[in-house]
Amino acid sequence: MLAEVLIVLVKVVLTLTWTLLLALFLTWVERKESAVLQDRIGANRASVFGLRAFGLFQPFADAIKMLFKEDFTPSFSQRLLHWLAPAMSFFFVAVTMVAVPFGDAVRLFGRRIPLQVVDLNAALLFVLAMLSLGTYGILIGGWASGNRFALIGSLRGAAQLISYEVALGLSLVGLIMVFPSLRLSKIVEFQGGTLFGFLPKWGIFLQPLGFAVFFLAGLAETKRAPFDMPEGESEIIGFYTEYGGLKFGLFMFTDFLEVILLSALATTLFFGGWQIPWLGAGGFVFPWGGTLKVAPWAVTVFQVLSFNLKVFFFCWLQILFRWTYPRFRYDQVMDFGWKVLVPLGVVNILATGLILAAR
Amino acid sequence: MFKGWLVLKELLRGAAITARHFFVNMTFHTLKLFGVRTKRRGAVTIQYPEERKELSPRHRSLHRVLSREDGKPRCVACMLCVTVCPSECLSVEAAEDDDPEVQKYAARFVVDLNRCCFCGFCVEACPVDAIRMDTGEIRLAAEARAGLELPLEKR
Repeated sequence: MLAEVLIVLVKVVLTLTWTLLLALFLTWVERKESAVLQDRIGANRASVFGLRAFGLFQPFADAIKMLFKEDFTPSFSQRLLHWLAPAMSFFFVAVTMVAVPFGDAVRLFGRRIPLQVVDLNAALLFVLAMLSLGTYGILIGGWASGNRFALIGSLRGAAQLISYEVALGLSLVGLIMVFPSLRLSKIVEFQGGTLFGFLPKWGIFLQPLGFAVFFLAGLAETKRAPFDMPEGESEIIGFYTEYGGLKFGLFMFTDFLEVILLSALATTLFFGGWQIPWLGAGGFVFPWGGTLKVAPWAVTVFQVLSFNLKVFFFCWLQILFRWTYPRFRYDQVMDFGWKVLVPLGVVNILATGLILAAR
Repeated sequence: MFKGWLVLKELLRGAAITARHFFVNMTFHTLKLFGVRTKRRGAVTIQYPEERKELSPRHRSLHRVLSREDGKPRCVACMLCVTVCPSECLSVEAAEDDDPEVQKYAARFVVDLNRCCFCGFCVEACPVDAIRMDTGEIRLAAEARAGLELPLEKR
């Protein structure tokens, strides 16, 4: 009993550390990637004892700056709720990571340990529910600020997030029809086989339209450019106008956590999670014939690396999109959500149902 | 609906352009990291304090007051620069010169960089070519305002 509690605790700590470190690293990636694709160099001055390391210390410098800023609460805001809002949006995104499987189960000291904090049997619903609850952080943040512009910003944000949640949910219905379970570990296991003998049986090949709708709706859910209607950092006034210092930093950090979460979900649901094409428990079995034996421990390492690599790729892709596209107009955001993504999601469900029935 | 597909195509094209920039620039950055010299660089950035851009010959930087061949200031304190200065940042104090050919010289020639807008009118107004803005000095900063009131006659 005690051992099990300990194992879960270690897994929680490891998952949280992985997520937070990756988010911290992503702030650096965002600066550097945007710089590189705009022919610039980007932050490279932060140094420790003269060691610059491509500006890798920049996130820590930023964190120290945020920590030492004045924790300012405007006199007209509601103090408790003003504190609660960033904490809530941070918590509901961070807690979602517990459902994500990082690798296949490993055997250690005669125990079967899944590389996943909790293997919920309705993990997909849990993730969607937590994403919806994140909306409260925005709403409360705007409301507690006591600033009318912040309130309007938070209403914009709530409208956008709720609209896109519809599309997000619809895009996953097709996936649920194809896959046998809502359990994320089962979904990943199911994607281990092959289609037509050579194509890995990943969600993207079974549900291409579903993936497109899911990823676009997910981009809107992260509320970063081109969907940064709630914040509108540079022009329109957003819901965290009255926030500064660490509380603002928490909101920004939540955005990066959402980027990681969307990447992890896209990987888990549509890109085979920790699966590597043609790699089974014993090693590679190539479709053109031929096998390659891999030791069991190496298989686990490869699988965890594969998951990380896929997550990195999607983080990179999202940052690329964020620095490529200008912001949508508000009516365009609503049109895109309700008139394009929702109908496409319904079409996807119907098509999936027809194909499943015809089979 | 057709228009929507056109938009999608253009969106993908945009992402392809930024991605191309990313990978091309990353290639050059990586080559540089491994010490390979290439004609092109990964970034157009000039890392300012270490690298400096060559200033154009017409660039207007910090003023200087020129002197004659015998070392005396060239300025005859005619006050034309003080008159023409739109920011009123120049102050010149005249003094009598022993040389009857010259009659006046500037005992004090102070430029207040807090006010100067670097228009260069003083240079154009000067009848004896005594003031120029060609020192190439662009790091003009001080910790207090008084530090930016530069007495140029001593230079």
